[in-house]
Amino acid sequence: MAVNPQDLSAALVTTPVATADWPVVLPPAWCILVGAVLLMLRKSLHVQGWIAVPALAVLVALDALLLAHVAANGPVTMVMGRWLPPFGIAFTADLTGVLFALSGAVVALAGGVHALADIDGSGRRYGFYPFLLLLMAGVSGAFLTGDIFNLYVWFEVLLISSFGLITLGSEPRQIDGAIKYAFLNLIATTLFLIATGYLYGVFGTLNMADIAAKAAAGREHLPLMTLATLYLLAFGMKAAAFPVNFWLPASYHTPKVVVSALFAGLLTKVGIYALLRTLVMLFPVEREALSFVIALIAVATMLVGALGALGQSDIRRLLGYVVISGIGVMLAGLSLGSPGGIGGAIFYALHSMVVMTALYMAAGLAGRLAGSFDLNRLGGLYTRSALFSALSLVLFFAVSGLPPFSGFWPKVMVAKAAIDIGAWWLTAAVFLTGFLTTIALGRVFLLAYWRPAADALPAVAIPASALLPLAALTALTVVFGLFPEALLSTVQHAAEGLSDPRAYLGSVFPGVN
Amino acid sequence: MEVPFILLVGLFFAAAVYLMLSKFLVRVLLGVVLLGNAVNLLLFTNGRILREVPPIIPAGHDVPATLTANPLPQALILTAIVISFSFFAFLLVLVYRAYQDLGTDNGNEMRLAEPEDEPLPPTGY
Repeated sequence: MAVNPQDLSAALVTTPVATADWPVVLPPAWCILVGAVLLMLRKSLHVQGWIAVPALAVLVALDALLLAHVAANGPVTMVMGRWLPPFGIAFTADLTGVLFALSGAVVALAGGVHALADIDGSGRRYGFYPFLLLLMAGVSGAFLTGDIFNLYVWFEVLLISSFGLITLGSEPRQIDGAIKYAFLNLIATTLFLIATGYLYGVFGTLNMADIAAKAAAGREHLPLMTLATLYLLAFGMKAAAFPVNFWLPASYHTPKVVVSALFAGLLTKVGIYALLRTLVMLFPVEREALSFVIALIAVATMLVGALGALGQSDIRRLLGYVVISGIGVMLAGLSLGSPGGIGGAIFYALHSMVVMTALYMAAGLAGRLAGSFDLNRLGGLYTRSALFSALSLVLFFAVSGLPPFSGFWPKVMVAKAAIDIGAWWLTAAVFLTGFLTTIALGRVFLLAYWRPAADALPAVAIPASALLPLAALTALTVVFGLFPEALLSTVQHAAEGLSDPRAYLGSVFPGVN
Repeated sequence: MEVPFILLVGLFFAAAVYLMLSKFLVRVLLGVVLLGNAVNLLLFTNGRILREVPPIIPAGHDVPATLTANPLPQALILTAIVISFSFFAFLLVLVYRAYQDLGTDNGNEMRLAEPEDEPLPPTGY
């Protein structure tokens, strides 16, 4: 059959992909590849760590390369099968996505190193490292994809890997936590699929740039408010926003500590990223209409998290509530919608990824040193290791939002953006949450670190491979707390790119704008 | 053609939600399976239902001659079926393990991770 070459060139990308554009697909592809290799080496317990940790370092390098490329040249798009968008599945890396992907990779690398000492032979036999790599495939894919159904697929990839990680060890407590985690998260992703089904019915396309353009062109007669609300519910559940947050404190303290650390760093932030992507880029007008609802959810999430943290005696459960209160701050930024608010939400998400992971690692080491996670029994950590105590204190201050650590700046951005539009109560809630978190974590320091140990502590040392990632992540919060200028301007650019996605659209559909 | 499908989807959702509100995990699991199928039907209906016109482009043409059935929702559903089936398999094993280890399939009685009598944190030294 004769094919008209003119039509073929209109439907297919016939020019080769520029070498500089390849990093767009490399992070998820690399993770799947290494994950598959590790799956084959499941029985070689000692080899796995030596493959996984360098592979995660390569992932960090790939994401850093992509960040440099995107920061210099704007959003980059690559379309699968070389079909032109919106027919082919597009991978589009913009500043927001790459920033999230890079800090996710850093967190995963830290977790991978920490796991060398924390995950024993049986945990490795159950497949910790393959699951970690496949989790990172899902996380990187979710941050870099430009297709909303593809986003759903990446959500499922990271969800099934997280099921594997959360049941690692198969203790009865873990099974209990995993049941609640698995059912509620599966329902949340199903809600996401429902919303996507309607979105496809409304627009007839799944490409995010195409949706943004079509929504901007004619939103009067489309049920976009329904779609935005469905996405808010679905991703709010993934991000553990009040009142759909109960799966998080029910499950995050049950798995191995390094698994909790990775979950706290990565999973809820994927929900926040998806909220930013859908509500800010695809449905900005609807986000504006929903802003008061989102602000109320944000205040409730912040306060529930902070008050919940005050009421816990198990430090791992306490940290679960701290994760939730951080989600509240990000939602507050989302509800404001101004570049300051969105930028604050992005900055806070990046900060929270690093700090929450480090905090769970610190909790794990505290539990290892003192033989318990219970505040009623913990004590004497300061005499055991002054360095570890200092690192913990920095992290406690950072997560409470005290200067000069990285939690301070995004809170200032969100608070200022709220005052700018007269929402003093939102600012007050942000500061009240910071105050309550300071009390909750200050009490942990008082009881677990300063209080003399009640009985003789078990004689265990902290392995260097467990302390190193903790120190590295802590150093990151100090550096970005002391020198925030570069990151502040980057997240401002990222937020502007989300609110005004002309560059994103131009990257997917070259020559249209 | 769409109306009966819409009613069917509504029925599926209602049954799924009813089952998921149960405190017995086996019923919740069945509810999740029904929910997955409800979503598949919803995707199918959202792609507009057009029978008897396969999306085949006749020889010598570059575009289909008439309005054809939409193949994309079927690709989406196929993906969703594979995913929801694998999740069903995993959850089935998980619920069975929970029944073996915890001795119950009643969600209200699963309090190992969040004990009811957990002590409050100390108020002082």
